[in-house]
Amino acid sequence: MSLAELICPAGTPAALRTAVDAGADAVYCGFQDATNARNFPGLNFTPDELAASVAYAHERGTKVLLALNTYPPAGKVDLWRQAADTGARIGVDAFIVADMGVADYIARTHPQIRLHLSVQAAASSPEAIRYYCENFGVKRVVLPRILTIPEIRQIRKDIPCEIETFIFGNHGLMVEGRCSLTNYLTGQSTNMDGVCSPASDVNYLREADGSMSSQLAGFTIDRFGPDEKAGYPTICKGRYIAPHRPESYYAFEEPVSLNLSQLLPELIEAGVHAFKIEGRQRSKSYVRGVVRAFRAAVDDIRAGRQVNIADLVALTEGQKQTQGAFETKKWR
Amino acid sequence: MSITSETPIPRRPGESVVARLSCYAVQPILTRIVRRIAARHPSLFARLGPHQATDFLIDPQELPFALHLRPDPQDLVLRAVPRDAAPRAGATIRGRFMLLLEMIDAEQDGDAAFFSRDLEVSGNTEAVVRLRNALDDMDGSLAEETASMFGPPGRAILARLRRSYLDKTQTRENT
Repeated sequence: MSLAELICPAGTPAALRTAVDAGADAVYCGFQDATNARNFPGLNFTPDELAASVAYAHERGTKVLLALNTYPPAGKVDLWRQAADTGARIGVDAFIVADMGVADYIARTHPQIRLHLSVQAAASSPEAIRYYCENFGVKRVVLPRILTIPEIRQIRKDIPCEIETFIFGNHGLMVEGRCSLTNYLTGQSTNMDGVCSPASDVNYLREADGSMSSQLAGFTIDRFGPDEKAGYPTICKGRYIAPHRPESYYAFEEPVSLNLSQLLPELIEAGVHAFKIEGRQRSKSYVRGVVRAFRAAVDDIRAGRQVNIADLVALTEGQKQTQGAFETKKWR
Repeated sequence: MSITSETPIPRRPGESVVARLSCYAVQPILTRIVRRIAARHPSLFARLGPHQATDFLIDPQELPFALHLRPDPQDLVLRAVPRDAAPRAGATIRGRFMLLLEMIDAEQDGDAAFFSRDLEVSGNTEAVVRLRNALDDMDGSLAEETASMFGPPGRAILARLRRSYLDKTQTRENT
């Protein structure tokens, strides 16, 4: 049986302590800049905060993984290199990277620290994953959320590194690390600036009938009826009117969250080493609730007990959940 | 980022008078609360960045007044305002009082409350996100701290408010 480590999100030092106390095996986080893919206003860690947080986690046997999972613009690599140097000095347990140049710098400069390949690298084939392992010494790959469990089982046999899969949270599958929808409307890059649908470009408008419209950079991307559940203001989850679909429809994806609580035993059996919970942008309340629930579930599986996971639908986007491609390629 | 236009929520007759009296009554308490938070949680202000100077209108739906917050550490403002005399706000956050309080105390998740439409935000979304993240990095319970300022009566009132909120939430979920 794999270790089934629980990898948990933290957007603030308080959230990190919450995740550690709730039973995380490892917590992932990022600095307050473009070096990570949750570069949201008021979120993330200063170097001093990260140092104190690493100390807190290590005292309790929890690892800290530093996300450096964005792509430096050409010729502007200093910020990423400095972040890696700072993370190494602080003593993080692994770097989560997507860019080959960042991976190469860390492999050469800090070879004693593990490299994990971010989902943002979109490495979904054994050939792609092996390339990162052979050239940069990657120890773990975070798989894109487009693979079925049989496919994951096969990939595990064909690669020399550990596998991490998402098990809960935001389910945005636009080709990860490649999506440019936000750039198109706002001029900011999800993959280089680290922010999808920047809050500075988001507006919510409440209508007299109780409905609400969400806008990005002045474009209406969805309108929710008075009693309708809402989702994040991302283009990929908006509803649009097209000539062939005069009623509004979800052209790309739907506001729904991934929840694999029922598939954990199968994922472990398939050789998944680590389970990732999405949500560095979420609150301590979310972190506490989700980490506790999955901690109990993983412990039950390890002990051979029946899994009886808490209902987490209230924390899901649009208050809807799916097993996505893990269950079937026909999910959408 | 533009200031969002929005439709005002209809209010009951006579509410204006009740609101003004209520504001007068609670203002000394609010002043004590905000000074105490600023003294005990100074790191909160760094996460607000440029929005320390933003005027927030926090609108607990069932209370007779709204709250005007300007989280400027040099000139901190938290005051109760009648809704019909509220200042033009850079950002507005609206929801049930205990929901707002439980979000600050990390008992409720803001995104989940937004998805369920129990929480409304308008105006400068970045300001709202910064405020949310700043408050979420605060350790301890604001509700407990505030209640403790008033000794056993304060804690009893808080417990009663929480029971009432829980009952209403459960009733709503069961219907």
